[in-house]
Amino acid sequence: MSRLDLQQGRIEMLHGGGGRASAELISQLFAKAFDNQWLAQGNDQAQFSLPPGRVVMATDSHVISPLFFPGGDIGSLSVHGTLNDVAMSGAKPCYLAASFILEEGFPLADLTRIVDSMAKASREAGVPIVTGDTKVVERGKGDGVFITTTGVGVVPEGLYLSGDQARPGDKILISGTMGDHGVTILSLREGLGFEAAIGSDSQNLAPLVAAMLEAVPNIRCLRDPTRGGLGNTLNELAKQSGVGMQLEEAAIPVRETVRAACEFLGLDPLYVANEGKLIAICPAEQAEPLLAVMRAHPLGQNAAIIGTVQEDAQQFVQMRTPFGGQRMVDWLNGEQLPRIC
Amino acid sequence: MKYVDEFRDGDTARQLAACLAAEVDPARQYRLMEFCGGHTHAIFRYGIPDLLPDNLRLIHGPGCPVCVLPIARLDMAIALAQRPEVILCTYGDLLRVPASNRQTLLKARAEGADVRMLYSPLEALSLARDNPSREVVFMAIGFETTTPPTALVIEQAQLLGLKNFSVFCNHVLTPSAMHAILASPESEAGVLQLDGFLGPAHVSTVIGSAAYEDFPTQYGTPVVIAGFEPLDVLQALLMLVRQLNQGRACVENQFTRAVTAEGNLKAQALTWRIFEPREQFEWRGLGHLPKSALRLRAAYAEFDAERRFSLPEFPAQEHRACECPAILRGAKNPRDCRLFATACTPANPLGSCMVSSEGACAAYYTYGRHMQTAGAAH
Repeated sequence: MSRLDLQQGRIEMLHGGGGRASAELISQLFAKAFDNQWLAQGNDQAQFSLPPGRVVMATDSHVISPLFFPGGDIGSLSVHGTLNDVAMSGAKPCYLAASFILEEGFPLADLTRIVDSMAKASREAGVPIVTGDTKVVERGKGDGVFITTTGVGVVPEGLYLSGDQARPGDKILISGTMGDHGVTILSLREGLGFEAAIGSDSQNLAPLVAAMLEAVPNIRCLRDPTRGGLGNTLNELAKQSGVGMQLEEAAIPVRETVRAACEFLGLDPLYVANEGKLIAICPAEQAEPLLAVMRAHPLGQNAAIIGTVQEDAQQFVQMRTPFGGQRMVDWLNGEQLPRIC
Repeated sequence: MKYVDEFRDGDTARQLAACLAAEVDPARQYRLMEFCGGHTHAIFRYGIPDLLPDNLRLIHGPGCPVCVLPIARLDMAIALAQRPEVILCTYGDLLRVPASNRQTLLKARAEGADVRMLYSPLEALSLARDNPSREVVFMAIGFETTTPPTALVIEQAQLLGLKNFSVFCNHVLTPSAMHAILASPESEAGVLQLDGFLGPAHVSTVIGSAAYEDFPTQYGTPVVIAGFEPLDVLQALLMLVRQLNQGRACVENQFTRAVTAEGNLKAQALTWRIFEPREQFEWRGLGHLPKSALRLRAAYAEFDAERRFSLPEFPAQEHRACECPAILRGAKNPRDCRLFATACTPANPLGSCMVSSEGACAAYYTYGRHMQTAGAAH
């Protein structure tokens, strides 16, 4: 085997061909960074046993541009995103799989940075990446790198969290400020002409979920408001549970820089993506104890109770504005676009 | 947030609402039009209708550039985008607007046209520089606020000597539309009774408050220029109510922190250096209005997409049941349209007022649908 030039080298079609070059890429980059017993076996699959409980599985594809941003990169994001989807069921994430689609010409130095970042995120979470795949597409047919990760976890007996469990009277909580990730990414896009002193909130929420469930095991549901933000995710939950929601806008934490950037661009922070925040719905009498646990945890310091679930055949999410009026928080239509007037 | 939160303060809002409630004459109606989609959006986003007396009705005006763009212009843009040499770039709002036969720029893109979304018109220049073998066409749209940036881009394109860049100009003029509303068939037949205008915020920073002097003198209709923050809107409504109660009609400026009588002279000079008025231009809902839009001056002809490409004229086809035209004239309310929230939704818009977030139908749908069921509609 020859040594890959990880400083100057680039992805070539050969690296996806399944031959010697593919083997070099896997052993010198992926297996070396992710380094665990399952990868070391060199099989096309990983074999493992799981602790008792219901098995949970989630998958997520990551196509973000730019690939590197303050607070993370596509690598750490691809680990956190899937870990969080697994954790929102109340599960402890156990194993990850990762699949890469690489564009011909992609610098190996960038790929190394991404893979190292994934390895770090996976180690910090204690969830190994045990199997994977790599394909290479011709130049112009990809956007550098696409990463799909799949996670497996186990929900202990006795827990059942689901988006259809919200009941009238329940309280709605969020774990922190809204819109940090989306505004960070937007601020890096060309032509917007502003720089926000802010980073993505991309983080693994599993430890926060574990602390929350230990204190309040009868949480009805958890969900991370990623694409579409808080507004869209609450509409999903309202629809699944067949309920309405009443929010207090003044209670929703949004960073000053995020508010300013959204003002400037004509966006609503309620619809801007998050990558390290969660929504929790719980029975009203558990809301204060749950809030206390969340605020005591480093991942939930800015947690807040933002509203109440209510009966509503039309499943409207409504919000009282600090101004004293009432408005709807509707499903997001298409993408949010900066205003033109 | 400094300079923003002050204009969204709930306590002040309640005080202003109490003043409005105390000062309106219960024996009369107040029918006030907010011209701008920006105001419509703010009114719904902050739930302002909840704070207004029952006999004060807001009528939504045509100040949404996407909404008033006639279908024929969109058909032309799609035809342009379908030319293999062309990269058509424009603002994101326009991409989903239905043209004839429910075609959109987004659908055209899926079928192979090269359509790009811009955040800033300056990006169009980089596109032209980066793609020397292609024809980059910037579809420019908007009222007086977005015109100076387009003018700047054209001036820069000339300085840079760009040979593959042109502008498909759809810039329109606010006062022309206000005249058209006051002189509309509905107005003359008494169907649309308009007691006053809430004047544009951003547009007025450019054209100045003096640009509205005709409306009180010619039609006896008062105008109060208002900022886009919710307290601005409430205060301006109070100013309009006071004018009407006192039997006065004049131009007043609530938005003094940004608007002067003469406006932004530098921006105006730039605009008129590059553009001249068209003899007439079609507005969706308002018809063909004289001197209501801009085109590039002959000195900049090489950057004018309409001169550079021979654009076919299509017989435009509106959806037959769509009430956008009457809604844009203020003659109907979105809820008067039988397509509203049934066949026509933001996810599947049949008319332009449902597409842009500044369109009256989209604002009603997105922020105000709960009022329909609660029966508290204004």
